[in-house]
Amino acid sequence: MASLKDLRVRIGTVRNTRKITSAMKMVAGAKLRRAQEAAEAARPYAERMGRMLGSLAQSLKGQAGASPLMVGNGKDKVHLLVVATSDRGLCGSFNTALVRRARQLARRLAGEGKTVKFLIVGRKGRDQLRRDYGDAILETITDVGRRQVRFAEADAVAEKIAKLFREGAFDVCTLLYNRFKSAISIIPTEQQLIPFAAPASGEAGASPAAEGPRVSYEYEPDEGEILAALLPRNLSIQIFRALLESNASEHGARMTAMDNATRNASDMIGKLTLVYNRTRQAQITKELIEIISGAEAI
Amino acid sequence: MAADKVEFELVSPERLLLSAQVDMVVVPGAEGDFGVLPRHSPLISTLRPGVIRVFEGREVKQRIFVAGGFAEVTPERCTVLAEEAVPVGEIDAAKVDQQIKDLGEDLADAKTDEEKAVIARRIKVREAMKAAAA
Repeated sequence: MASLKDLRVRIGTVRNTRKITSAMKMVAGAKLRRAQEAAEAARPYAERMGRMLGSLAQSLKGQAGASPLMVGNGKDKVHLLVVATSDRGLCGSFNTALVRRARQLARRLAGEGKTVKFLIVGRKGRDQLRRDYGDAILETITDVGRRQVRFAEADAVAEKIAKLFREGAFDVCTLLYNRFKSAISIIPTEQQLIPFAAPASGEAGASPAAEGPRVSYEYEPDEGEILAALLPRNLSIQIFRALLESNASEHGARMTAMDNATRNASDMIGKLTLVYNRTRQAQITKELIEIISGAEAI
Repeated sequence: MAADKVEFELVSPERLLLSAQVDMVVVPGAEGDFGVLPRHSPLISTLRPGVIRVFEGREVKQRIFVAGGFAEVTPERCTVLAEEAVPVGEIDAAKVDQQIKDLGEDLADAKTDEEKAVIARRIKVREAMKAAAA
């Protein structure tokens, strides 16, 4: 049995741990609120962009010579998976769940005889995927959204993807990220970026049918040119949105994880204190018995 | 909604910058400035770096510099998706000058044509910004 002193030390350690986890929980909570606000503030742009793209796509439908970003390059051989993970750990299953999803997808694609390549955002995703797919990782981008996700950062990621696409490094690009539903519920999500897949109706408010009769727009300079400018922009926006969602999810996941850790530490302190008190009493009783039996012997 | 007003919205990727009922906006389109009054015909246009002017009555109420983006016009509404937007009053000429100088150095360092094109575009934006402030 552990001595009283050992027990005291252990209780002290667990108490310190609890202090740290509860502080981390508070910090994550505050950051979560900020991240959530940022995600909401970015929504109008994405919505309007979706609306414009929707009407453009409609007016260009069936025309030849559309941008490869829109219709793809006609091949389906090499897939690029963009995985948005976090730089830091201690956030529960945030990264593991997403990486598992990426692995599943990669296995499925490999089973279909396709080549899979990775572009990873965040240190943790790289660490987890490096062992199995070390050669397939084209690039890792870290330190995104350290304080807050900036549009310029998303733009840089999008630019990298667009460049790889132009160079013919891949045919289809899929983005994997954690969608934020609430602090306790995050959903690993896949989204096809290239070729451009119109968002499912109902999402991002891009339901053209709900806006009454279609208006036919004039275009200046012309459809093709606007589309050529709009599509890379849309890529950045989609990535920006995903990064914001992922950022909010990360803080949410960390908050929940740290909440659990704090609770576990409290339980542990309770149990240890019980053992400590029992041991103390047992010792007192033992000493009393020794004194009494000593006195009786005389 | 008032029939003689335009619902003007200025949005940047990071947030909604301005949403107001105005009499007229003048937007720097890629092929020339255009004014948007109520009942304007539907139009989608790209923007060049320049100044958006917001009119209340006959007065220019706000001037906002945009680095580029898109505008969507419907009979009731004018939505501008801006890449970067700064109110003209807040442009710091000295800072812009410094940026132009820095970019000039970058341009000299750039190796590929692609990089050069990107930087040259940025310089153009800054120069337009400077012109807007003047």
